[in-house]
Amino acid sequence: MLGAYLPILVLVVIACLFGLGSVVFSSLIGQKKPSKVKLQPYECGCEPVGTARERFSIKFYLIAMLFILFDIEAVFLYPWAVLFKRLGTFGLIEMGVFIVILFVGYVYVWKKGALEWE
Amino acid sequence: MESIFFLIVAAVAVLSSILVVTCKNPINSALSLVMTFFCLATLYVTLDAPFMAVTQVMVYAGAIMVLIVFVIMLLNIRVEAVKRGSHAVFAGGAIGLFLLFQTVWFLGRGTLSGATGTMDRAQVVKVGHIELIGKALFTDFLLPFEITSILLLAAIVGAVILAKRKI
Repeated sequence: MLGAYLPILVLVVIACLFGLGSVVFSSLIGQKKPSKVKLQPYECGCEPVGTARERFSIKFYLIAMLFILFDIEAVFLYPWAVLFKRLGTFGLIEMGVFIVILFVGYVYVWKKGALEWE
Repeated sequence: MESIFFLIVAAVAVLSSILVVTCKNPINSALSLVMTFFCLATLYVTLDAPFMAVTQVMVYAGAIMVLIVFVIMLLNIRVEAVKRGSHAVFAGGAIGLFLLFQTVWFLGRGTLSGATGTMDRAQVVKVGHIELIGKALFTDFLLPFEITSILLLAAIVGAVILAKRKI
């Protein structure tokens, strides 16, 4: 039964090995000549300004909330897609109503400018 | 074979959930929580419930974790200074031990017999877990399914109104 999930297990193992391997081999093989400038945290070549642990804007939270809600919509699409042929036209109308109601929410979000980064 | 696999996954799940509460850096706790969610998804797969596993990974390990990490960044929680031997640790430990004792006691009596549904494990495997959920959701529970979209719509509007400064 579990044999069908073997490819996922292989994928997880390869992903873990790649992550571990990158860290371990670069620390084993790489040269270590640390200097003050090299050990500084960096981002895109900019000089660091202040601490990285600042309070983030509430705008991130709004985007995350909207992401969860439309993610749950995608979860409902999954069993519908599996049964698509057996449900026929009735299923199409059902899901149409569901999507249209959520599309109203999407239009609302768009019109209110919640997706804009002001 | 399957019981060995279960034991490995269960051990990783317990270890990572212990790490969630013992890590001092909240981001490390959040990452341990992701690990716990993945272990739970694996356990759902071994219980012939692949749809639950997919939902666990997509919604919890994906979306909910993004929200938790954003909240950690929003509140700017610093590395926590742990106080040892406080009253909270003592009280929590006592309650935890009591609950553990109760669980072991109830399991030891061996009289756990819940109500059985119309489907047993063999049928679920034969028809397919996702097919069964989909059939129930899109035929018998059609109205609750459509109402879910209203609920999601309300959540979308609520999130925008609460988090948007200038509407």
